[in-house]
Amino acid sequence: MLPVAHNIQMVTLIYFARLRESLGTGSEQVALPAGVRDLDGLRAMLMARGGAWASELAGTKPVRAAVNQDMAQGDTRIGDGDEIAFFPPVTGG
Amino acid sequence: MAVRVQSEDFDAGREIAAMRAGNAQVGAVAAFVGVVREMNDGSAVADMELEHYPGMTEKAIAKIIDQAKSRWNIFDVMVVHRVGRLKPTDQIVLVVVSSAHRGDAFEACEFVMDYLKTRAPFWKKEQTPQGARWVESRASDDVAAGRWNVKA
Repeated sequence: MLPVAHNIQMVTLIYFARLRESLGTGSEQVALPAGVRDLDGLRAMLMARGGAWASELAGTKPVRAAVNQDMAQGDTRIGDGDEIAFFPPVTGG
Repeated sequence: MAVRVQSEDFDAGREIAAMRAGNAQVGAVAAFVGVVREMNDGSAVADMELEHYPGMTEKAIAKIIDQAKSRWNIFDVMVVHRVGRLKPTDQIVLVVVSSAHRGDAFEACEFVMDYLKTRAPFWKKEQTPQGARWVESRASDDVAAGRWNVKA
């Protein structure tokens, strides 16, 4: 029996533009703790790392997010295999 | 529908000709070209770097085009957006819309641009005499997109 392994929810996190530079990484794989099942939960988990993570994701500077390449909100559900991106408001065109 | 994200420049005339080639129903083509300015927010811009989210960019623009097609009587839409290093006078973006009559083409072209500015995941970083800076989004862009009154 492997009671734990099949419950691990792995997600890919991607950071763009100002966030990528401030956080010092473009992407990472993380395991979601049992209590983290939406974007707000993930953001709180990342902010707990402190430093730039806390300041960039606090919401004082605007941050947007996408789940599986669709714009998402704080209550958007996340789970195993999802691709989750954090970035500043877009400035193309 | 065509969406291209590329570092190379584009030729608007050639793209327009290709879009309407062989379609005698087309009575109007509206095109918009966005260009890098030498000044932004009071600073001289030496050059800029355009970053994007590969995959989501194409998906987001395709969704905007679908919305335009459901709202206006248009035949085709094409969007070309450049990424990478650009300098003042360089072309950034091209939107071309074909339709039977000009009203639909004009409006759909403006709609696609307004939505692209607020929905497509591109980010500009400018080099200025004061150093490099990420361009911040403008409230006026949200207002421009908001006046079309559709759900994102």
